Amino acid sequence: MKLKDTIHYNWYKHLFVVFLLLVCVLGSAALTEADFSEVFENADQIGIFMGRLAHPDFSYIPDILDPMVKTLKMSVVGTVIGVLFAVPFAFLATTTVTRNPVVTGIIRFFLDIIRTIPNLLLAALLVAVIGIGEATGVLTIAVFTFGMVSQLIYESIETIDYGPIEAAESVGANKVQIAVWAVAPQILAQIASYTFYAFEVNVRASTVLGYVGAGGIGVVLNSSLALLKYERVSIIILTILVVVAIVDTLSEMIRRRLA
Amino acid sequence: MERSTKVRQWLIAALTLAIILYCAAGLDYSGLAAFSPSMGMDVLSGLMKPNWGFVYDGSGEDLVSLLLLTIGIAFLGTAIATVLAIPVMLLSASNLWRSHPWVARVGKFVCNVLRAFPELVYAIIFVRVVGPGPFAGVLAIGVHQIGMLGKLYTEEMEAMDEEPVEAVRAAGGNFWQAMFYARVPQLMPIYTSLSLNHFEIAVRSASTLGLVGAGGIGAPLIFAIQARNWDQVSIILLGVILTVFLLDLLTGYIRKKLR
Repeated sequence: MKLKDTIHYNWYKHLFVVFLLLVCVLGSAALTEADFSEVFENADQIGIFMGRLAHPDFSYIPDILDPMVKTLKMSVVGTVIGVLFAVPFAFLATTTVTRNPVVTGIIRFFLDIIRTIPNLLLAALLVAVIGIGEATGVLTIAVFTFGMVSQLIYESIETIDYGPIEAAESVGANKVQIAVWAVAPQILAQIASYTFYAFEVNVRASTVLGYVGAGGIGVVLNSSLALLKYERVSIIILTILVVVAIVDTLSEMIRRRLA
Repeated sequence: MERSTKVRQWLIAALTLAIILYCAAGLDYSGLAAFSPSMGMDVLSGLMKPNWGFVYDGSGEDLVSLLLLTIGIAFLGTAIATVLAIPVMLLSASNLWRSHPWVARVGKFVCNVLRAFPELVYAIIFVRVVGPGPFAGVLAIGVHQIGMLGKLYTEEMEAMDEEPVEAVRAAGGNFWQAMFYARVPQLMPIYTSLSLNHFEIAVRSASTLGLVGAGGIGAPLIFAIQARNWDQVSIILLGVILTVFLLDLLTGYIRKKLR
């Protein structure tokens, strides 16, 4: 680091960044009509809400076990479908396999677009097109997983060892053979690890999918919120927490063994 | 040895397949029966004709102003979270509380609790506190991201290189001098990058929070979907995708410069 790079010689640049950030903060505060005094004035509302959340209705547990299991099943099926579609697309999205920047560019653009759609919007859209139900939730999770996992996989394909590819090429392997015999063995463990990671993310996400009618525990959460039964909301959130914690621990254990 | 590992691999594969099939069989696919190809075509043809008149009409209820509002919600939420995550991080980083490890444990617990609730639940709480509007969305994103950013900041703090800190301490610097001359310069770029990344995530969430009345582009989108007003849905989705895409490019560029 040169003396010229230190803050004493660049203070005007830093000041400009601070100024820019301040303008953005004030601008968005004006745009969103932020009024922090309101938060403190109505703090008793938070108190009431928290007070009712602090008394979970444990007798409601038997009623939410079934939707919770449904949520887990939806996540499993959605994740598996998403990963199955993600693998071939991830292979096409690297020049390592395709040797064709145009194909790779088009595929990557397509994947980028899929990833930009927030999953709740995707669920709302699919509910409108296909209809309310668990199948819609599975489809949403599948599309969401597809976008997320394909990026993770193609990024890991780009970091593999090129030795086996050259070896396969020198004995006359074609592109498919290279993908199957030289690339896939190097990233199989990572794909499995990403699958579990995606499953974790999906279990968390699928809890709110029910809000738009895509099945699972979110439906129960939504109806309890709508009926202002916060004792039930509280027990539902607790259940989700416990299940997510269990899934996190399990998947971390498996991922550590795979790594 | 060789044989037994092979048997184990087959057993694991069979078990995985059995779990997937069990989950797939346990779902309710009756929702799919209501779907008809002609309905799908109807949706598609509607989506192909975006309602360009909605882009800007100067009423403040058009696409451009709503997207700006959504970005404002995300920006202010992330800004609040970034500022408030720093004290949380100072509380929960275990390398700052070597003599009192329980403080760090309390801090981490606070982070976990804040992260536990889905953003949608926060949005519902804050809609009751400050009334429906974009400010409720700001608060929901802010509070949720304190937990997220607090956890990530803490992890970076705990994983940082302690040598510069020791050097400052050895030269007689106190805790705060070590903080500002050894820790902050090392962590600043990573923290900025994490905050930018969460700004991207916040833009996606902000576009869905409108579902519960917390402002932004979400509400008009949901109304359009429910009214099956596909030309409107199409233009809003285009707007959201374009916004998220451009912001991702921008934050990606800034993050590359930080490295």
